[in-house]
Amino acid sequence: MIREVLGREPNSLELALYGVMWSEHCSYKSSRIHLRRLPTEGAHVLVGPGENAGVIDAGDGIAVAIRIESHNHPSAIEPYQGAATGVGGILRDVFTMGARPLAVMDPLFFGELSDARQRWLVEGVVSGISGYGNSVGVPTIGGELTFDDCYASNPLVNVLCCGALPTERLVLGVASGVGNLAVLLGSSTGRDGIGGVSVLASAGFDGADGAESLDDAKRPSVQVGDPYEEKRLIEACLALLDDGLVVGIQDLGGAGIVCATSETAARGGVGMDVDVSAIPLREAGMEPFEIMTSESQERMLAIITPENWDAVAKLCAKWEVRATVIGHVVEPTIDENGRAVAMLRVRQGFDGEILAEVPASSLADEAPLYDRPMSRPADLDAINADDPSDDEPVGSPNDDLLDLLVDPAWVYRQYDSQLFLNTVVGPGRDAALLRLGGPGLPYSERGIALSTDSNPRWCALYLVDRR
Amino acid sequence: MSRIGVVVFPGSNCEYDAAAAVERLGDQAEFIWHTRTDLDGIDGVILPGGFAHGDYLRPGALARFSPVMAAVERFAATGGPVLGICNGFQVLVEAGLLPGALQKNRGLTFLCQPTTLVVSSTSSVLTRHARVGQELVVPINHFSGSYTCDDETYDELVRNGQIVLRYKENPNGSRDDIAGVANKAGNVVGLMPHPERAMSALLGSADGVVLFEGFLGVPLEQPALAN
Repeated sequence: MIREVLGREPNSLELALYGVMWSEHCSYKSSRIHLRRLPTEGAHVLVGPGENAGVIDAGDGIAVAIRIESHNHPSAIEPYQGAATGVGGILRDVFTMGARPLAVMDPLFFGELSDARQRWLVEGVVSGISGYGNSVGVPTIGGELTFDDCYASNPLVNVLCCGALPTERLVLGVASGVGNLAVLLGSSTGRDGIGGVSVLASAGFDGADGAESLDDAKRPSVQVGDPYEEKRLIEACLALLDDGLVVGIQDLGGAGIVCATSETAARGGVGMDVDVSAIPLREAGMEPFEIMTSESQERMLAIITPENWDAVAKLCAKWEVRATVIGHVVEPTIDENGRAVAMLRVRQGFDGEILAEVPASSLADEAPLYDRPMSRPADLDAINADDPSDDEPVGSPNDDLLDLLVDPAWVYRQYDSQLFLNTVVGPGRDAALLRLGGPGLPYSERGIALSTDSNPRWCALYLVDRR
Repeated sequence: MSRIGVVVFPGSNCEYDAAAAVERLGDQAEFIWHTRTDLDGIDGVILPGGFAHGDYLRPGALARFSPVMAAVERFAATGGPVLGICNGFQVLVEAGLLPGALQKNRGLTFLCQPTTLVVSSTSSVLTRHARVGQELVVPINHFSGSYTCDDETYDELVRNGQIVLRYKENPNGSRDDIAGVANKAGNVVGLMPHPERAMSALLGSADGVVLFEGFLGVPLEQPALAN
């Protein structure tokens, strides 16, 4: 497929770019055909799927941006950093839309606490959420807490972020304007999280050798978070947007720079030249494929006009946020059929050697889509026929009922749930209720109720024997 | 109307909430970026909660070196009212403007929960409108809030009435249930609980109002009650 797109053999750097961008995590290649069936339009929907977060119009000049995602596999390997960077990633998805993150929720699913490894996971995940979320200054207002053996080797660590913005500040992750600059904001780029989307997030943990096998070898693929960097990045980015200094902005998460540059270029229908030697690095001797695919945290890509560079640099300096021009928006390339193709070019120096040249949309949007085989689980009829009300109660139903109760206060006490003075109903209830207010928002008496809920007993994972 | 400076370090996060509490009582809040070196025209200073400079090294240890702190020190020395909330308290302690130190909580976890405070002394700008023995529901939100000091300092705090607020039930292992202390003159106060989060019954408690009224110098409608 890649040969067809390029009309030639890809070089090793190009292959690495496709490797991460066509991972399940980045491309949704197995789930997209199913997700497409969901309704996505409505009178209040300002931004539907395909951008960094969905945005709805809440009235009174306020829009609400919301996104939920999982950070399961990093958390299974390194619970503190896995959960912490899950929070960091979801915040970036929301403030990249121009919204101030106002609330986080964390639905968590673990194996039974009688197992020491599960206790290590739970404590690590909860302190990761607490350590990152509290410090970055976004309240964590609820979630879910479920224990079942089926999550023992694969805990589920989901994270939701809800933010709000004055409707006119809405901004999309689009590159436009030939001659504009692509500016990398935030942390330097290191070797952490290379291949995170493909090695980790898209792999299964279904090996016969169990949980022990997934630790050490994969730990270098887990990213490391710095909430203080993220806090300054939030403030700097929202200030850049308030001052109208940004044409488009995109967070760097899974698949790092290649993802952010190819997605913004593909959406804008423009080419992008990225100078791999301009990117500030944390360590010497990094290969171009490492630089392009690193998942170092707390980075954003802003597209700005050259005239605004001085103002952007000054504002970033105030917040002690590093800002570096790493690319240029360029004209699309005209192919042999006369069609304009938005090319992502990775170069060594802005006028230097071209190390990779691929159509941006082929990375961002044109991954192969799979319609995976579906079949009815063989034991479904037996499960449906098994009516527990037929059974005589064993033991004490009263005690069983009490056993089902979990007081999650020991978890949510570790989360700042009150910042921004919005929390009317906090964690531990059916839903959290927030006033819709916060720094930079117009006054409103509206509120928003948020809940995450699932029916874990209605779902099961069936492993398909691929041999 | 007073002009209250709310100091903002990189990493502060309660500055908007502190400003909202000030404005709710009719005064004016002005953000003071940490690199500023003057407090001209400011009637009172709040150091809000958060994680100044990421709380790296330890809470407040880097913030005390921010340029604004020299101005805060001068302001305090001339009797200006200074209030440190949570991380702001940690900064004031590190800067030597208040005695003692704040350690990690007993139990070694972050704690966000309501607490009941008991007013222990009214000889401070924060508690001057409250009554000794008055109970106030104010939330805490910290990892390093366990107050400690040596015996000599402790005796002096007791003797001078510098312990202004105590926890009714000690959540974090603080010495003698201490939640807030003042300097000897009473114009510099620090506390771990967040009175700015207790300004509205809708959000759980409005007991912080009496503390902010004291700090902002809102005149009493009736003469101060004798202890």
